[in-house]
Amino acid sequence: MDKTINIKVKVWRQAGPKAKGAFETYELKNISTDSSFLEMLDVLNEQLISQHKEPVAFDHDCREGICGMCSLYINGHPHGPDSGVTTCQLHMRKFHDGETITVEPWRSHAFPVIKDLMVDRRAYDKIMQAGGYISVNTGGVPDANAIPIPKKAADEAMDAASCIGCGACAAACKNGSAMLFVAAKVSQFALLPQGKVEAARRVKAMLGKMDELGFGNCTNTGACAAECPKNVSLSNIARLNREFICAKLKD
Amino acid sequence: MTWLSNSSVGRKVVMSVTGAALVLFLLFHATMNVVAIFSGDAYNAICKFLGANWYALVGTLGLGFLVVVHIIYAFILSVQNYRARGKERYAVTDRQKDVEWASKNMLVLGIIVVCFIFLHLYNFWAKMQLVELQHMAGCAVNTSLAQNGVYHIQQLFSSPVYSIVYLVWLAALWFHLTHGIWSAMHTLGWNNNIWMARWKCIAKIVATLIVLMFAAVVVCFAFGIAPICA
Repeated sequence: MDKTINIKVKVWRQAGPKAKGAFETYELKNISTDSSFLEMLDVLNEQLISQHKEPVAFDHDCREGICGMCSLYINGHPHGPDSGVTTCQLHMRKFHDGETITVEPWRSHAFPVIKDLMVDRRAYDKIMQAGGYISVNTGGVPDANAIPIPKKAADEAMDAASCIGCGACAAACKNGSAMLFVAAKVSQFALLPQGKVEAARRVKAMLGKMDELGFGNCTNTGACAAECPKNVSLSNIARLNREFICAKLKD
Repeated sequence: MTWLSNSSVGRKVVMSVTGAALVLFLLFHATMNVVAIFSGDAYNAICKFLGANWYALVGTLGLGFLVVVHIIYAFILSVQNYRARGKERYAVTDRQKDVEWASKNMLVLGIIVVCFIFLHLYNFWAKMQLVELQHMAGCAVNTSLAQNGVYHIQQLFSSPVYSIVYLVWLAALWFHLTHGIWSAMHTLGWNNNIWMARWKCIAKIVATLIVLMFAAVVVCFAFGIAPICA
């Protein structure tokens, strides 16, 4: 017999981007502690539908922590109180019986609310489109080991590439800055020989886009890295700064 | 060089460079002050050396410029960052571990430091270099104490209120520096996973050193044990 808890969820409800939002509190009984946070929201929505009420809109897709679709600011933390996990990987056992859980959408100027807990995160896509790629002249498939890459660089690039672009960094940042995201995406290319070719152009384009979209200025508080579900390290931001400063000095 | 004002990293570079230069000044200033604990004559010789000479005036103007740029950028960055957070604020916020309190309160700490700088300028600069300048400009001022730094220190810290006020100021400065020093290096790109811990440690050591040197002067004069020699 698995353990169950009774909880209250205080959810941000907002009918549309321009509508005025407010918190609504719902009671949920017998929630299994083995269920995930999103499953708990599914239960809530079923309850709302059976009462002929509008279900809560929230983003989700793979539910295994790799797609970056789920979000939610839970009890003051992006992706909830656990560390190194996305909301879909968050278990209800992290909450206790009788607790009121506050669930808010990401709050950032560049992430406007679409509905309820859903925000528009296309700003990150626009940053990627600005330079988050490498240009490849297609031809015959080269041998996999033709370009030697040091293990350390490969590991660091892989760690940076683990960023799923969920937006938790900008959501956690008191400055609404997307620096950890941009830093991870710049780093995953800048560390590898294939990405170095366009490194200067890329960092200027991506950072320029980030500023243009209304994200804030990084002040190195480190809240982003502390809340990142993929544990992307703060030192990537130093690399972004280094890449950007060097690119500008070369101009 | 427009990137220093129209890109987020550029603006932060300006904060870092001006901040780092001010840290060097603080080290210089604190080292000179410590002399006053040991010898009043030696300290007054430094005061004379750094009176209204051309190099001291150039230095003062340079420092003023650094401070003004650092403050203007601080306010520009804070306003931009406040806007970037969006209109709606979070109802519930919680602190993250590994996030220093100082890093989230740099503006407030900076404002405290700046307010005390004005007080400090009134306490010392206005009675020393300014008096010399007024004298040079032909005003009728008494310059007999303008180069007697020890006299002014003794006068000020004989008041317990001023001593405590200065120690509070130094505490705010310590918090500001513990974040500011490593953050400046980070912004200039001089950091990685290994150096992160080193810079944070260096920042604490340098901040503590600066604050202890300043505080030592306050405490020694407050209790009347300095200067040890004339």
